[in-house]
Amino acid sequence: MTVLKLEEISIYFGGLKAVSSFNLQLEEGELMGLIGPNGAGKTTIFNMITGVYAPSKGDIYLRQKDSLKKIAGLKPYQITRLGMARTFQNIRLFKDLSVLDNVRIAHHFNIQYNALQSIFRTPGFYKEEAEAMEKALELLKLFNIDQKCDELAKNLPYGEQRKLEIARALATNPRLLLLDEPAAGMNPQETIDLMQLIQFIREKFNLTILLIEHDMNLVMGICERIVVLDYGQVIAEGNPEAIKHNPRVIKAYLGEEVEAGA
Amino acid sequence: MSDYMKKKVRIAGFLFLSFNIIVGLIYWGIIDEYTAQILTFAGINVIIALSLNLISGFTGQLALGHAGFMAIGAYSTAALVMQLQVPNLPAILVGGVVTAIFGFVIGFPTLRLKGDYLAIVTLGFGEIIRVLMINAEKITGGAAGLKGIPSFTKNISLNPVLSFIWVFLFMAGTIILISNLIRSSHGRAIISIREDEIASNAMGVNVFYYKMFSFTLSAFIAGIGGGLYALFFGYLNPTMFNFLKSCDFLVIVVLGGMGSIVGTVATGFILTYLQEFLRFLQDYRLVIYPLILIIIMLFKPTGLIGLVEDIKKWRRRTFPDQKGHLKAGERS
Repeated sequence: MTVLKLEEISIYFGGLKAVSSFNLQLEEGELMGLIGPNGAGKTTIFNMITGVYAPSKGDIYLRQKDSLKKIAGLKPYQITRLGMARTFQNIRLFKDLSVLDNVRIAHHFNIQYNALQSIFRTPGFYKEEAEAMEKALELLKLFNIDQKCDELAKNLPYGEQRKLEIARALATNPRLLLLDEPAAGMNPQETIDLMQLIQFIREKFNLTILLIEHDMNLVMGICERIVVLDYGQVIAEGNPEAIKHNPRVIKAYLGEEVEAGA
Repeated sequence: MSDYMKKKVRIAGFLFLSFNIIVGLIYWGIIDEYTAQILTFAGINVIIALSLNLISGFTGQLALGHAGFMAIGAYSTAALVMQLQVPNLPAILVGGVVTAIFGFVIGFPTLRLKGDYLAIVTLGFGEIIRVLMINAEKITGGAAGLKGIPSFTKNISLNPVLSFIWVFLFMAGTIILISNLIRSSHGRAIISIREDEIASNAMGVNVFYYKMFSFTLSAFIAGIGGGLYALFFGYLNPTMFNFLKSCDFLVIVVLGGMGSIVGTVATGFILTYLQEFLRFLQDYRLVIYPLILIIIMLFKPTGLIGLVEDIKKWRRRTFPDQKGHLKAGERS
């Protein structure tokens, strides 16, 4: 069953064609990697999927129960509410808020009580707050940062900030998770831990995952299918083994071989 | 009852008791009329500064025209009381609603934009309102001012104590309203906008809705502050509501600590008193206020409350068995 479908999407910034006629189909439960050299347009594609940019051309569909819903043109918060969550390339936590609050904010759109009920502190308010707290702690426990729930997000070590960002994304109850360079700035051991974590949450929450990554060990290690992007266009697609030996991919990453004597 | 609840009840009891004591002291003339007036005026300043803190401190949107909102509230309340003989309480509340409508209308186009557009627009708005007030002579009395607004009571000897009670009940209401709102999921959504708008949006928070909500509520509260001001002073003049007045509130909020309710309340009282105390400086006050702003921004951007937190942290380090927790949403 297709969870996400991008149809011929293009985006222009002024005269610059950042992504052109990009197609992608993500099946339920799949773990797909999107790779490419710097400036290839990976993050731009993420931003179009999540609603930060509206594509200049083409359509994006997200699975809603039995049908595919067109999401191009919706605002990011609307798309999140439809069951898609993301993390950011350069961590975007609510730095001056506690770890717990970071997760509770992501749960906010599920809260039923209104502002008046919170001002008058009705029983409904306390009940929902307690539930939200419990859910947040449960999630943090999964990532082993529940003892640090009172600490400010900015005071966590780097690896835990990455974890918290993933936990926060999961608090929105997504079916599709988009990870933008989750291993950036991590050492090899941390990257291995992260790979295990991604596998774990994928099974635990029945997630479909699309990730952008530069770390080839991670991409080759866990992705089932990889799409390679260069200058806004797909240059290769397939399983890790095929991608590794694809001449166009090698060319994009390493440049062309120079003929002797030329 | 949990320790937390016990502490809350203790604090509430203490505040209630001290409120009654002050009321008594004013009633029996032990606190003289002049001091009572400063206290009451400080209460009004606190109400408006809190409303500014809601939009600028908690939501992170700089607004520079709260004197304009205050003016709208003040003149609408005065008009309702004087021309339509509306009783005080509904007049003040309707004044707040009128101001909220203005807030909504200004916020709607501006808050869609990212960046400091709100600051520019509210700055212009404050000035426009002032000029309009000078020219709308029928309602406002023009540049000569509006005289003879009936005060809270006709009994002159009871006036200081009743003004104090009115203003402090509204102040207490404002404090409860804002702190309860901030310590809820809605409040966390509002604070997340200040922290990172893009992330907040990506986490399913309707950023525009909450900016509008916060700004409109801020205008409402500022309007109520204005209404109380009109009834308390009994005289209004458009020059009272110039840019410098907006600046006064901003100084209170920044000096107290952006996003701190306790800080705003404390600084509101300190600065209002200081203002009276520094009267001999006359117009040099206009130099001192901006200077205070610059110095805070350079040396202690978290304000008074940041200083208090620093002292607490230092104590925690020195006496590690004392445990202190940060309140949700407040900056350390």
